[in-house]
Amino acid sequence: MTTSTLAAPRYTAETRYTVETDDPVQPRGTVEAPAFYVLDEHAHGEGYSTMLGFWLYLMSDCLLFSGLFATYGVLGGNYAAGPSPRDLFDLPLVALNTTMLLLSSITYGFAMLAVQKDNIAWTQLWLAITAFFGLCFIGIELYEFSDFIREGATPQRSAFLSSFFTLVGTHGLHVTAGLIWMATLMAQVWRHGLIEANRRRLMCLSMFWHFLDVVWIGVFTFVYLMGTLR
Amino acid sequence: MNFDAHAASGAIYGHDDSGRPHATLQGYLIGFGLSVVLTAIPFWLVISGVIAHRGATAVLILALAAVQIVVHMVYFLHMNARSESGWSMMALIFTIVLVVIALTGSLWIMFHLSANMMPDAATMRGMP
Repeated sequence: MTTSTLAAPRYTAETRYTVETDDPVQPRGTVEAPAFYVLDEHAHGEGYSTMLGFWLYLMSDCLLFSGLFATYGVLGGNYAAGPSPRDLFDLPLVALNTTMLLLSSITYGFAMLAVQKDNIAWTQLWLAITAFFGLCFIGIELYEFSDFIREGATPQRSAFLSSFFTLVGTHGLHVTAGLIWMATLMAQVWRHGLIEANRRRLMCLSMFWHFLDVVWIGVFTFVYLMGTLR
Repeated sequence: MNFDAHAASGAIYGHDDSGRPHATLQGYLIGFGLSVVLTAIPFWLVISGVIAHRGATAVLILALAAVQIVVHMVYFLHMNARSESGWSMMALIFTIVLVVIALTGSLWIMFHLSANMMPDAATMRGMP
C-alpha cells in the first residue's frame, strides 16, 4: 500500500479547499466548504430582543408570585386565634382599589395609543392620569394596611397575616416601582421626546403595568374573595 | 421576507414582529368593558351571597378570574401565538405549567401533611 489517491484538503483564507484527486467523478479544482452555521448573520436594530427579554422577566416574576400565592394558600387558614379574613377584609374598599388599578390599565392603553400617534402632550397627560390612579391604589392599600395594624392585625400576629402582608405587600411594592418608572419615563419623554428608545421603554412599562393588573386579579379573587368565603 | 426588507425594518426597529403590536382604541375598550363585567360579577356574588353554597361560589369566581386573566392577556398584553415567532407563547405556557405545579403541589401536599400529622385540639384532649 502506497499513498492515498485522495490528498488531505488544504484550507485557504477564503474558506475553500482544493481536492487533489485522480477520481474521474470528483471534479478537480476548488469546492465550497461546508457551512455549519448561518453565514449571512444580519445586523439587528438596537433593542430588537428587549420585548422578548422583558416578557421572560415578567414570566419569572410570575413564578415569584406563584410561590407567594402557594404560601398564602397553605397558611391562609392559620389564624392563631387572631382575626380571620371575614373579620378584617372590607370588600367595598377592595372593589374600589380594583377599580383604580383597572382604570389605570385602560389609561395606560390610551397613553400607548398617543405614542402610536406621535402625540407627546397626550402621552404625558395619559401617563400622568395613570400615575394618579396608581397612586390612589397605593394610597388605599396603605390605608387598609394601617387600618389592619391599628386593629392589632400585624404581620406577626398569625401565619395568615404574615402570608397576606407578604403577598399583597409584594404586589404593592411592584406597583410602587412601576410608579417610579413611570415618573422617570415622563421625564425622559419631556427631555428627549418620543425617540425610539423611549418608545421601547414605554412598551416595557406597558407590559409591566398590565401584568401587575393580571396579578391583582389573582390577589382579589384568591385572597380577598376566597378569604371572605372561607 | 427577503433580505432587503428585513434590513430595512431592522434599521428602524428590529423585526416587524418584534412584540410591537399595533394597539387599537377598540381593542382597549373591549378589554376594559369585559374586565369591568368580569370584576363586578365575583364581587357581587361574594358581597350579596346570592349562591348559598360557598364551594360553588368559589369555583365560579375562580373561573371568572381565569377568564379575566385571558381577557387581559389578549386585549391589554396583546398576546398571540405569533409574537416573537411564538417564543412569548412558549414562555407563557411553560410558566403556567410551573405555576400550576407549584400551587396544586403545595396545597395538595400541605393539606395531606396537616391531615395526617397535626392532631387538632379535639383529638389531643383525650390523650394521656
